[in-house]
Amino acid sequence: MCCNDKIVYPYIPNSSPKTQREMLDFIGVESIEDLLVDIPQELRINGDMDLPDPCLSEAELYRHMIPILEKNTSVREAISFLGAGCYDHQVPAIVDEIISSGEFLTAYAGEPYEDHGRFQALFEYQSMMAELLDVDVCNVPTYDGAQAAGTALRMASRIVGRGSVILAGAINPDRKKVIETYLDSVLSIRTVGYDSETGLVDMEGLRQKLDKDVAAVYVENPSYLGSIETQGRFIADMSHEAGSLFVVFVDPSSLGVLQPPSRYGADITCGDIQPLGIHMHYGAGGGFIATSDDPAIVEEYPSRLFSLAPTSHGEWGFGDVLWERTSFANRDNAKEFVGTHAALWGIAAGVYLATMGPKGMEELGRGIMQRSLYAKRLLSSLPGVKVDRFKSISFKEFIVDINATGKTIKELNGYLLEKGIFGGKDISSEFPELGQAALYCVTEMVSPEDIETLVEAIRGFLA
Amino acid sequence: MDMKTKLRRFHQASWDEPIIFELSEPGQRGVLIPRVGSKVKDEVGDGISEIPSCVRRTDLPDLPEMGQFQVLRHFNHLAQENLGADYNVDIGQGTCTMKYSPKVNEAFVSNHKMADIHPCQEESTVQGALEIMYRLGECFREICGLDCFSLQPGGGSHGALAMASVVRAYFKGKGEDRDEVITTFFSHPADAAVPIVKGFKVVVLPPDEEGLPDLEAFKAALSERTAAIFFTNPEDTGIYNSRIREFTGLARSVGALCCYDQANANGLLGIARAKEADFDLSFFNLHKTFSSPHGCGGPATGLVAAREYLRDYLPAPLVIKTGNSYSLDWDLPKSCGKVKSFYGTLPAIVRAYAWIRTLGADGLKEASMVAVLNNNYVMKKLLAIKGCSMAYPHHRARVEQVRYSWERMKEETGFGTGDVQRRIADFGTHYWSSHEPWVIPEPFTIEPCESYSKADLDEYCAILERISYECYNEPEIVKSAPNSSTIHHVDHDVLDDPERWAITWRSYRKKYDGYFKKK
Repeated sequence: MCCNDKIVYPYIPNSSPKTQREMLDFIGVESIEDLLVDIPQELRINGDMDLPDPCLSEAELYRHMIPILEKNTSVREAISFLGAGCYDHQVPAIVDEIISSGEFLTAYAGEPYEDHGRFQALFEYQSMMAELLDVDVCNVPTYDGAQAAGTALRMASRIVGRGSVILAGAINPDRKKVIETYLDSVLSIRTVGYDSETGLVDMEGLRQKLDKDVAAVYVENPSYLGSIETQGRFIADMSHEAGSLFVVFVDPSSLGVLQPPSRYGADITCGDIQPLGIHMHYGAGGGFIATSDDPAIVEEYPSRLFSLAPTSHGEWGFGDVLWERTSFANRDNAKEFVGTHAALWGIAAGVYLATMGPKGMEELGRGIMQRSLYAKRLLSSLPGVKVDRFKSISFKEFIVDINATGKTIKELNGYLLEKGIFGGKDISSEFPELGQAALYCVTEMVSPEDIETLVEAIRGFLA
Repeated sequence: MDMKTKLRRFHQASWDEPIIFELSEPGQRGVLIPRVGSKVKDEVGDGISEIPSCVRRTDLPDLPEMGQFQVLRHFNHLAQENLGADYNVDIGQGTCTMKYSPKVNEAFVSNHKMADIHPCQEESTVQGALEIMYRLGECFREICGLDCFSLQPGGGSHGALAMASVVRAYFKGKGEDRDEVITTFFSHPADAAVPIVKGFKVVVLPPDEEGLPDLEAFKAALSERTAAIFFTNPEDTGIYNSRIREFTGLARSVGALCCYDQANANGLLGIARAKEADFDLSFFNLHKTFSSPHGCGGPATGLVAAREYLRDYLPAPLVIKTGNSYSLDWDLPKSCGKVKSFYGTLPAIVRAYAWIRTLGADGLKEASMVAVLNNNYVMKKLLAIKGCSMAYPHHRARVEQVRYSWERMKEETGFGTGDVQRRIADFGTHYWSSHEPWVIPEPFTIEPCESYSKADLDEYCAILERISYECYNEPEIVKSAPNSSTIHHVDHDVLDDPERWAITWRSYRKKYDGYFKKK
């Protein structure tokens, strides 16, 4: 081919000059430019876009992309103790297999006929989440757990008809920023801290702030600092007595061994689905909102809710519940808005839950508890290292406090990184009252040997 | 009638697939969990006895119990009952740009160097991710002409939320209490719904006789209360508003910000930009114009672009480059806050970057030019079909999509767009009846983006021609449609009835005995 030949792009079949000519003749114009008559010259880009030379072939694209990817170190190449809202869990190969199928990966908004599979897969996702959470309703995924939290609080406000919410306990600061964005200009936020002894919700503080303006009390369980909240029932009762709803953000990976929030009085449960078989992708997302089947609550979901429906031939059919709620149907009169969120992650989480089954979820929770206890036991043997900052039980995350060593977490993490270890998240600026403290996360991906390696590395650092 | 184009004798997979709970065989396992070993067990016990009894779950969640092969087969059946863009001429989902998502890009996304990195890792260990995020912004500097970029929003509506949040923060910073946003009738529904979430009142401009936002109504709506305009251009009609600068100029004259919904920018790459039309903010769906697959509805990205003077108001953090290293800049004291946990949807970002890099400036422009060509080719073919017309017919050339109408067919046969939608599934493709409300009667929106060949387009047009013929001449086959889909006609009545809807399997079992027999 001569170098002056026009490139025929493999992704643009009609970039072939021959085809273009046929099509232009059919339309009855000379050139494509004749079809752009409505775009005046003064609105046109002056000249060409100044972009790097294209990597036209796949080989050239690989040559460009792979060296960039190589600059990352994945958790597969290190020992990672990072959590704080994004978790490295085992992702069964069939999850990736199913969500990378062209049928699911490249579909979008087909009807319940030609996209029956998508409706059924997401209905099953909703149904399996409902079992895990012990509720009757769960939505098609939101962008992430943070949005789920923000929307759960706005739902509560609409249901109760009040304009304030309380965020109580140690809340994930990154998530809190998102909640603030969702509530800004519409709802006011009051905060209640955590008890410095237990790390659990400060009940006295809550009692003081809870009044007739409060639509909902929001807590995270386990809390950001790792503690398993044991006062759920009391908080629920207090909230209900004040006419407020109780909203709980929960880590679904804990629910094989921890009670689902609905059982201690949560009216709305929300959270991230990322721990359920979704790769981290530098902070991927996918969130859920779950409630009872009370129509007054169901009406306040902005999200899509897929229901079973009968067909003329006795098959399982599906459709959208209360379509008129949604912004697709009702634009400026909708409940918040719905759009392209994270459906594929919902399918992934569904495959994950079906693969894990009840025993898998129970073993997951048990194994995390054991590893976390083991890690705490070994770490507490180190001079100046404290893992019992809070008198409460933790699930997969806990605080490692090195104040007594006179060193900083930044120094420690720098040392660990050289040893191929991602130390726990430095929270010394997020929670200055804890001083030099890090949030450690131990999932089933961390082996007992990994924990021993960590402990020996810290011993070396302190020596 | 197109007699040359052969229509498929299609039948979609119909596995009569049970709901997954019906497949449960107690005792089966789909996957095993890494064990802790006897040493740890001896040291710390069973772990769960430590959990206070008031929060300890003692029953097992009632999830299905299945072997791995059985789970795989179930979901593969469901996949076969789903019509991805990879399987059909997917031009019926106008506004959504169902383009080819190149397979080569999946290798980058699924690589553990992208899939298994944690957002709290030291920046030195995620330079590759940060570099791609930064470089994608640099590409958009050329694509839209604006200066700063946030990749945080998780979809188009989320991009609109970020814009509305920036507008809020901007006026708050200036101490102005503006509370109105103006959008247009043929903009995406999110442009009307989202600003309300941020406490704005929304004014929706009606279309004029040309199908464009009514300029007089716009002038009347503008005031010192106006915080921003949220416009799409071209709108869902595919008509480019050549007077857009009059609108942005007027908005600017009352001190409002100009926000551009470029969720779909597929007809404009290398041709016309936000900058030249005087917009301050814009968002782009990486899962539409920039080839990231739609994933049944996300995960996705609504990249937000802003002029330099709005940088400080964007969702923090932004990716910056210092020397040869990349980092997250959290130092945005006036930031509108965050819209999403962490920094953005990396898979969509990586795919979009790879797509842009493989096409380059010429290829991007070619994509848009061919999208325009395809659209006008299809338009001419569809307008020749009996019963089909388009809204605002005096605009002959359209950009990347067209909103059509079956109004005449509905009058003449009783069949409208919903009937075509049911019947088209029998031909192995898909069709969408357009955003509501239907101010254009019996609407449908076709967007034949650059991924489709002339033969693909001919096939799709021939299908619509065939269905029109059936509506006029063979009504029975349309009435009973879909006839060769996975399932048959769905009774929608249960979906609005709290006594009868069943949003989960357990809810179904509570409400019904046997097949939809109320308890």
